[in-house]
Amino acid sequence: MDLAAAKVIGAGLAVIGVLGSGIGIGSIFAAFISAVGRNPAARGDVFTMTMLGFALVEAIALYALVIALVILFG
Amino acid sequence: MAAAGTDSPLEQFKIEPLIPIHLGKLDLSFTNSSLVMVVALVLITSLLLVGARPRALVPGRLQSVAELAYEFVANLLSDTIGEEGKRYFPIVFTIFMFVLFGNLIGLVPFSFTFTSHIIVTFALAFSVFIGVTILALARHGLHFARFFVPPGVSPALWPLLIPIEIISYLSRPISLSVRLFANMLAGHTLLKVFAGFVFLLGFAGFFPLAFVVALSGLEFLIAFLQAYVFAILTCLYINDALHLH
Repeated sequence: MDLAAAKVIGAGLAVIGVLGSGIGIGSIFAAFISAVGRNPAARGDVFTMTMLGFALVEAIALYALVIALVILFG
Repeated sequence: MAAAGTDSPLEQFKIEPLIPIHLGKLDLSFTNSSLVMVVALVLITSLLLVGARPRALVPGRLQSVAELAYEFVANLLSDTIGEEGKRYFPIVFTIFMFVLFGNLIGLVPFSFTFTSHIIVTFALAFSVFIGVTILALARHGLHFARFFVPPGVSPALWPLLIPIEIISYLSRPISLSVRLFANMLAGHTLLKVFAGFVFLLGFAGFFPLAFVVALSGLEFLIAFLQAYVFAILTCLYINDALHLH
């Protein structure tokens, strides 16, 4: 198989990993919404943790992206 | 800017030496990255010095911003570490402001984002990692090994769990640095790619333009968020070093 073709296929496969991050972000914000729904007064504290959780989960998507870029251009 | 389609969107990350300085084989040139770091330093220092000068009890706008930055990081430290957190305020504040201003300066058009280079973020993350490990060793000595044993786990599972714990501890500087680097790289590359579409589509270029505007707003949020995450993870690692060992 052509090296360039293999690289592109590899990059495409690597990006499938962002699926996990999609599920994770949805899960985090679902928990945030239901927490605020149950106890609207807790919004401030829960929001800070939600933002931290979101950034950590998004990092996973970006690791997958970085590996895809390394495969494609490395 | 050269004609669309000839420059790759990754051209914006190129490092150009402005003042070449070579010591034998070592390249210590003052680059565009160094220049932006100096600009960030000047901005942070002037914000704090000029902001703290009018010592009004009811702060004006600039003093408010300086106090806000201080309080934000101070609260971060006291929420995660507690009373002992105060001594680590300088390092966490420095990291937070440096990363924040680095990210924000990169959003100025035609500017340079020094946090979008893995070596810069890795230098910061690795320093934090080494510092936290030395702190833990200094405080707990060889008892530090207790950190890799999760509490309430039977010794039968230790040969499986301890290597996993060690690997996840060693992956901290990597995750900390790659998180910031990849966020900045992806954001700016995406902006460049869509900005390229604006000219290519002619009249229908309005849609990529609207997207670029929305994405720039998102990038502002991400700039703050990534600086906050870097700072809070530093605080959490310091807390781990001080307490959970």
